[in-house]
Amino acid sequence: MNDWLTTILIFLPMVGALLVWLLPLPRHMVGSLATLIALVEVGLWIAAIERFDFSSGSLQLSQQTSWFSEINSSYHVGLFAFSLWLVGLTVVCGAAACIYAWWVGRERPRAYFGLLLFLTGSVVGVFAAQDLLLFYAFFEAMLIPLYVLIGVWGGAGRLRATITFVVYTVAGSLLMLAAIIVFGLQQNTFDLTQMGTSTNDWLFLGFAIAFAVKAPLWPFHGWLPDAYRESPAEVSGLLSGVVSKVAAYGFIRIAITKFPEPVKDFRALILTLAAIGLVYGSLLAFRSPDIRGVVAYSSLAQMGLITFGIFAVNDLGLDGAVLQIVNHGLLSMTMFLLAGMVERRTATGELSLLGGMARGRPALATILMTVGVMALAVPLSSNFAGEFLILAGIFQQGWGWAVVGAVAIVLAAMYMLRLISAVLHRDVGPAVSDAALDLRTGELAVVVPLVAVLLVLSAWPDAISGHSFEQGAGSTTYTTRMPGP
Amino acid sequence: MISKPHVDWFAISPSLSMLGAAAALMMIAVFWPKASRRAASATVCGAGFVAAFVFAILVADKTPNGAAIIADSIFRDRWAATAQIIVAACGLVAVLVAYSEPMREENIAEYYVLLAAAGAGMAFFVQAANLMTLFLGLEWFSIALYVMCAIDIDLVGSLEAGLKYLVIGAVGSATLLFGSALVYGATGELSFDKIAAAGHANDSLLVVGLAMMLAGFAFKASAAPFHMWTPDAYQGAPTPVTAFMASATKVAALVVMLRVLLTAFPQEEHLWTWAVAAIAIASLAVGNIAALAQRNVKRLLAYSSVSHAGFMLIAVATANPTGARALMYYLIPYCAMSLGAFGVIAARERELGTPVTLENLSGFGWERPALGVSMWVFMLGFLGFPLTGGFWGKIYVFSAAYDRGWWWLIVIGVVFTIVSASYYLAVVRSMFLRESAELQLAPAGGSPPREWLLSKGVALCVIVTVGSFFFVQPLVDVASSAANALPF
Repeated sequence: MNDWLTTILIFLPMVGALLVWLLPLPRHMVGSLATLIALVEVGLWIAAIERFDFSSGSLQLSQQTSWFSEINSSYHVGLFAFSLWLVGLTVVCGAAACIYAWWVGRERPRAYFGLLLFLTGSVVGVFAAQDLLLFYAFFEAMLIPLYVLIGVWGGAGRLRATITFVVYTVAGSLLMLAAIIVFGLQQNTFDLTQMGTSTNDWLFLGFAIAFAVKAPLWPFHGWLPDAYRESPAEVSGLLSGVVSKVAAYGFIRIAITKFPEPVKDFRALILTLAAIGLVYGSLLAFRSPDIRGVVAYSSLAQMGLITFGIFAVNDLGLDGAVLQIVNHGLLSMTMFLLAGMVERRTATGELSLLGGMARGRPALATILMTVGVMALAVPLSSNFAGEFLILAGIFQQGWGWAVVGAVAIVLAAMYMLRLISAVLHRDVGPAVSDAALDLRTGELAVVVPLVAVLLVLSAWPDAISGHSFEQGAGSTTYTTRMPGP
Repeated sequence: MISKPHVDWFAISPSLSMLGAAAALMMIAVFWPKASRRAASATVCGAGFVAAFVFAILVADKTPNGAAIIADSIFRDRWAATAQIIVAACGLVAVLVAYSEPMREENIAEYYVLLAAAGAGMAFFVQAANLMTLFLGLEWFSIALYVMCAIDIDLVGSLEAGLKYLVIGAVGSATLLFGSALVYGATGELSFDKIAAAGHANDSLLVVGLAMMLAGFAFKASAAPFHMWTPDAYQGAPTPVTAFMASATKVAALVVMLRVLLTAFPQEEHLWTWAVAAIAIASLAVGNIAALAQRNVKRLLAYSSVSHAGFMLIAVATANPTGARALMYYLIPYCAMSLGAFGVIAARERELGTPVTLENLSGFGWERPALGVSMWVFMLGFLGFPLTGGFWGKIYVFSAAYDRGWWWLIVIGVVFTIVSASYYLAVVRSMFLRESAELQLAPAGGSPPREWLLSKGVALCVIVTVGSFFFVQPLVDVASSAANALPF
C-alpha cells in the first residue's frame, strides 16, 4: 500500500475522469460521482499523512518503475514533507471545486467534471514527480484541462483569455523543456534524486522563466487578469490557489536545489521582480473595479511574497513560504468561490454596482469578513504566521526587502478592507436586489470546511511550518535541509 | 547465358504480398460485380497490407544481421523491415479511412490497386541497396501516387493536385536520377557500400551528385525549400490519399535518405550533416510560419507535415545511432497522428460536402465527441505534448542533436514548437471553443454517415499515438534493433 499510495493519489482522479467521460450516467449523477471521487482522494491524502514520517526529510511513499531507460528517465514518484502539504492543498481545493461546480450545475457536466478531476490528478502528479521528464509531462498535462475549462465555460472574453494564457504558458514551458533536455542529458539521468547540481545560468533561466510565468511574477503576469476574470469561479480558484503553486514548488524543488550558484547570482534580480510584483499587484488590487480583479491582483502580490520566502533561501523563509503557499491557496480558492457566489446573485462583480449585501445575509457577511480579515494577515491568523516567517527570513538577506514586504502587508489591508466594505457595507448597490438570497446549504458546504481548515491552521501554523523540511540539529544552511541529490 | 542470382523470396515477401493484392484487385476491377465491388476491393487491399505487415514482422524477426541480397541489389535487414511494418500499417489505416469516400463506383477498384501498388513500391524502395533499385522503387510508388492524387475526377482540385504533384515530383525524381548518374560517374559503382568503398572523397563530381540526390529525397520528404508541391497536392487530393501520402511517403523518403547518406557517403559526412541541418531548419521555419496563415485545415496540416519533416531531418542530420533510433521512433506516432488527423478531416468533409476550414470545424468536437477528442489528441501530439508519442519523439530527436553537440538545434526546434502551438491549438479552438451555431453552413443533409470503419481507423491511430507515450521503451528497443543494421 505504501508503495502505491502516491501513484493512487495521482491516478485516482485521472481514472475518475475517464469514468466520468465514458460511463453513460444520467446528467445529475455525474457531479455526484465526481464529488465522491474527489472526496475519496482527500481521504487517501489523510491516509498518506498517517503513514508519513515527518521527522525525516527524505523521500517517502516513493515508487519507481523503468520507463524510457534509453535516456534514463523513469516513472519515479514520491513525496517530501512539503510536497505532501502541497498535495493536500490540491486535493482539498479540487474537492471544493467539484462540490461547487456540482452545486452550480455546470453545462456539459461530463466534460466539465472529467476535466476538473484530470486537472487535480495532474497537479498532484507535478508535486509527486521525481523525474524531470515526468514532472514536465504532468506540468504540461495541467494545461490541457485548463485550456478547455477556460475556453468553453468562461465568460464573454474567454477566447482572448485562453489564447493569452496558453501563449504565455506554452512559451515558458517549452523553454523549460529545452533546459530539461540539456540538463538531463548532461547529468545522464532525469531522476531528480540522482541529479547533481549545475552552474549553468542558461539552464537556470529556462526553469526560472517557466516558473515565473506560471506563478506569475511581474512582468510575466500578462495572462493573469483575463484568465482569472473570465474563468468559471472554481477554475479561477484552482488557477490561483493551486496551479500557481506549481511554480513555487518548482522554485523550491528544482531551481534552488539544483542551481545553487545561479540562484546566488540571480537572487537580487528575482527578489526585485518579486518586490515589484508585490507592490504593483497590491496597488492594482486596490484600484481594481471588480471583486475578481482584487483577488487576482492580490494573487500576484502574494506570489511575490512567497517568492521572497523561497529566495531568502534560509530556514525561516522556506518554512514560511510553504505555510504561505497553503494559506494563500485556501484563501484565494475561498475568495474566488465567494466572488462566484456574489456574481451569481447580482450578475456582476463590479464593486460600484455592489454594496450593502451584509444586511439580511449573515452567513455571507460572516464568511466574507472572516476570509477577508485572514487575507490581510491580521495577527493570530495563519496568514500572519506565514508572512511573519517570510519577512523574518528575508530580513536576513537584507532589511530593505523586509521593508517592502511590510509595506505590502499594509497595502493588503487597504485592498481587502475596500473589497469587504464595497460588497457588504455602504448603501445597497443597484445590482443587489432584495431577492438575492443568503448563502445556501450547498454553498456553505463548500466554503465552511475551507474556512475551518484556515482556522485550524491559524491555531496551529506549526503543523505546516514545522513539518515541511527535516528538523535538522541546529543546521542553519538550507542545503542540508533541502531534498538534495 | 545470363547467370541468375539466387532470389530470397522471403525477404521481398512484404513487397510481393502488396503487389499480389494489387494484381488481384486489377482482376476485381474487371470481373467482380459492381454491387459489391467496393467491399471486395477494400477487403483484398486490406488483406494485402495485413499480409505485408505480418511478413515484415517475420522478416525483422528472422534477420538479426542485415545483408545485401539478390546480387547486392536490395537489403534484407531490420532497418528496412521496420520501415515496411510502418508502411503496411499506414496502408491498412488508409484503407479504413478511404472506405466510405464518395468516389465513382467504376474507379473504386483502381483506387485500391494504386494504393496497394504504392505500398509495394515503398516497401521495395526502403530495401534499396543500389542506385538502380533506389530509382526503380522511387518511381514505382511515385507514379502510383500521382494517379491517386488525380483519381477523383469529380473533386475540384483533384486533377490539379495530381498534375502539380506529377510535374514537380518528376523534377524531384529527375534530380535524384541525375545525382545518381553523377555519383556513378565519379565512382563507377552502383551499390551503396561500394560507392563508399571507392573512396572518392572530396571528388567534386561526387559532391554535386550527393547534393542532387539530397534534393531529390527532400522533394519526396516535402522538406523546405523543396516543399512547393506539398500544400497544393495535400489540399487537392482526396483526403484518404493525403492521409497515406503524409504518412507512408515520409517514412519511405526519410528512412532511405538516412540509409543512403550513411551507407554510400560516410566520407562526406562533414558536408551532408550540415546540409541536412540547413534543410531541417528551413523546413521548420517555412512549415511553421506558413501554417500560421492557413484557414483550410488540409493545407494547414500540409505545412505542419513540412515542419515535421524538419524535426525528423534533425535526427537525420545528427548522423549518430541516437538519431537513427529517434527517426524510426518518431515516425511511429507521427504516422498515426497524420493518418488520424486526415481521417477526422475526411469524416467532416463527407458530413459537410465542402472543404474543411477552421471556421467550419466549429462545434465539431461537441457534435461528434469521439472524433473531436481524437483530433485533439492528434493536434497535441503534433505539438509534442505529453500523453502522446509526439512528446518522446521530439525529446528523442533533441537528445540526438545534443549527442552531436548541436544544442542550438534544440533551441531552434523549441522556438518553432512554440510557434506551432498557435495553429495546432487553433484547430482545437475551432472544434471545442466555438459553438456550431457560429457555423454559417448547413450540413450536406441528414445525419452524418456513421462510417464505422473510419472511426475504427481513427481509434487505432489514437491508440498508437497515446500508447507510444506509455510504452516508449519497447518501441525504442524495436527502433534500436532497426538502427543497428545501419553502418555507424
